[in-house]
Amino acid sequence: MSVEPPIGLSIRGGVKVYPGTRALKGVDFDLRMGAVNVLVGENGAGKSTLMKVIAGVEDLTEGRIEMQGREVRFRDKADAVKHGIGIVFQELNLFPNLTVAENIFIGREPTRGGVDIDREAQRRETRALMQRLEQDIDPDTPLGLLRIGQQQIVEIAKAVAQDARILILDEPTSALSAHEVEVLFRVIAELKSQGVGIVYISHRLEELIRVGDYITVLRDGTITGARSMEGVDIPWIVRAMIGDSSKDFPRTEAPIFGAEVFRAEEITLPREGGGYTVDHVSLSVRAGEIVGLYGLMGAGRTEFLECIMAQHPHSTGRFFVEGKPLTERHVAGRIDRGIALIPEDRKRDGLVQIMAIRENLTLSALKRFTKAFHLDLKAEATTAMEFVKRLTIKVASPENPVSSLSGGNQQKVVIGKALMTGPKILLMDEPSRGIDIGAKAEVFRTMRRLASEGLGILFVTSDLDEVLALSDRILVMANGRVTGDFPAGADAAAVISATAPTASKGAAA
Amino acid sequence: MTAIAPAAAPSSSSGLLLLLRLRTFVALILVLGFFSLMAPNFLTAANAVIVTKHVALNAFLAIGMTFVIITGGIDLSVGSIVGLCAMVAGWLVLYGVDSGMGWSIQFNTFEIGLIVVLVGIFVGTINGLLITRLNVAPFIATLGTLYVARGAALLSSGGRTFPNLNGNPDYGSETFAFIGTGTILGIPVLIWMLVVVGLLASYISRRTPLGRHIYAVGGNERGAALSGVKVNRVKMFVYMFSGFCASLVGLIIASQLQASHPATGETFELNAIAAAVLGGTSMSGGRGRIGGTIIGAFVIGILSDGLIMMGVSSFWQTVIKGVVIIAAVVIDQAQQKLQARVALQQEAAAGR
Repeated sequence: MSVEPPIGLSIRGGVKVYPGTRALKGVDFDLRMGAVNVLVGENGAGKSTLMKVIAGVEDLTEGRIEMQGREVRFRDKADAVKHGIGIVFQELNLFPNLTVAENIFIGREPTRGGVDIDREAQRRETRALMQRLEQDIDPDTPLGLLRIGQQQIVEIAKAVAQDARILILDEPTSALSAHEVEVLFRVIAELKSQGVGIVYISHRLEELIRVGDYITVLRDGTITGARSMEGVDIPWIVRAMIGDSSKDFPRTEAPIFGAEVFRAEEITLPREGGGYTVDHVSLSVRAGEIVGLYGLMGAGRTEFLECIMAQHPHSTGRFFVEGKPLTERHVAGRIDRGIALIPEDRKRDGLVQIMAIRENLTLSALKRFTKAFHLDLKAEATTAMEFVKRLTIKVASPENPVSSLSGGNQQKVVIGKALMTGPKILLMDEPSRGIDIGAKAEVFRTMRRLASEGLGILFVTSDLDEVLALSDRILVMANGRVTGDFPAGADAAAVISATAPTASKGAAA
Repeated sequence: MTAIAPAAAPSSSSGLLLLLRLRTFVALILVLGFFSLMAPNFLTAANAVIVTKHVALNAFLAIGMTFVIITGGIDLSVGSIVGLCAMVAGWLVLYGVDSGMGWSIQFNTFEIGLIVVLVGIFVGTINGLLITRLNVAPFIATLGTLYVARGAALLSSGGRTFPNLNGNPDYGSETFAFIGTGTILGIPVLIWMLVVVGLLASYISRRTPLGRHIYAVGGNERGAALSGVKVNRVKMFVYMFSGFCASLVGLIIASQLQASHPATGETFELNAIAAAVLGGTSMSGGRGRIGGTIIGAFVIGILSDGLIMMGVSSFWQTVIKGVVIIAAVVIDQAQQKLQARVALQQEAAAGR
């Protein structure tokens, strides 16, 4: 490119501090208009925080934002919208019960006399927008009837309708089929030619190289690479993403693997509307082994763990614990057989927030303290205290509600709850999500220790660093299938390329 | 209350919090004190028994309701179950069960009681099945059974009253009136029953896995299910238990009046909800105590009876009751906020 596109927005010395973590540590970021600015980094690297700052959802702790050379401050999201900034979150903010036109104009409906909604104007403008985006979507269709890809276009149209000059797309392709991705790319090209500055966040590296004009790589809240896309290849991105020296959670002793404790055979979970969320997955875990299940969001990893925990009655396939088939159909039965799950969403699935720390710890293992139907509260309190000490959970009193703890300590309570059932295999879904670096290291050390005590661990992560450093064996999942099986110390680029097999094999709609 | 308080938070910095926690108790003492001063004869043993008898009926229902609300549900059908069970009791005392071959089966008092209780549990089971198997929202499911049970009660007698339920010595049912009017050791039977049910419910809630599971389901149903709690079983239990409590009330009323009318128990469900809420049960589930609910029932009962003794118009009583309930919930919100802050401060102090 001979002429550099103009810079529409820049951040200088951006610092964002959350309680307990520094999400951004002095970031300088330039956003170019009429170009696709690609942003890449691992989970927790600070991408989302950076985007939230630009979109006015979060405020910078230090540093400033400049537009056209002048410093700006966004008080809230509406303020950022006034400055022409639109954001499309990964989770779409739409109303399935309303029509396309109603969704686009929600909260700022054109009215006659301030009361009566001017439906005709809504329809007209929606039609014009769709034409501009070269989409054939009827303004009167209820949004719920559209495919995910079309819904995303509607969300983009909503941003464009508010005169967005800067459009942020957060993982826009994670839920799209190959065909829908093509449509989205055409829309992006169209907007680009109209001079819109686009920020594009994705984990799919091939996609980034294809669509991007400029690339910025974030790692642990700092920018480790920013350049024009020319000459960028996957190894360069990976190097910038995870650095030369891998973070270390080293094994202290040589692993000793025991017999196989868990095996899954041909696990299949059909997806609504055809295809499979989990597509004939088979794997096994040995005692003392940590198996990392790596992949992108939507690869079917969480669903696979949920199948093991009897959450999907429609799934098929066989599980074996210590060679014996797992036939129990209920969670309680599976827990009794030695399976424990640490769910991805602590708040929603892992804990009962208003109950005490003690009550959460013992919830799965009340049988231990029960004679006939009588609960021995003293024994319960003693055991709860024991686990608090063993897992070094920092609590003032085990009687406080679990919601008063920090994320890392809450996670340890969830782990404690799982361990109290005396599991043989521990399933961990994104065990380091939403906790700070220090707590992460402690969680990882705990995992190592448990494995050395003979527990089999199967953990899901989207963090390449984590899976490389922690796993004795790495399995990669994509589109519901196991697409890679690597030993410890595998090459990072090979692992990453296994996560997006569609790019080479073509589309699997 | 008998339960062993779990080691209280060390020197919780604010006495205010303690005061808020005990607010239902404070309210009870306040209404007691107020009426002792204002209404002569209020603070006498005889009056205490009368008030307690009034309160007991609502307390039974409120105990069952508390469990239901803790799981995050609601049971609107209890008033109708009271009516239906009263009619079943009346029918059994008067006619027995007709075999259809010219002779009938007659029951003694104990058997009548047992059958009535089973009817109550049966309606609760229907509620539970609708909610767990057919995924009907608790509000709708129990609203439906509210109408069905009431209709069945009206149909049983064609809308008339079953009078003169004196029982028959030949069948062993002459003791039917004992349930509602008899005394043991000078204390009415129904109060003994309340003590037993209250202690049982309190024990279940605090010292059994079932009780813990009830709280867990209300606090986070998904989380509880993933922790191995059999959510459906827990829900079945609470609706059946609520039906059981309601059947006792139906039985007692029929026995007290020695007559049963199909409109018995109308709007009782609202008083039961009020008592539970006044006692600190959270409508969003997960929080509540049996002891609190019983105190709540007493506050409402004493308020009504005391105001009557003072000669306050019953229209005003209704207004006052409403104000008290709203005030209770507002104070509850304040307590929750304060409690969360104190716990956070403790954790912050211990964390670093």
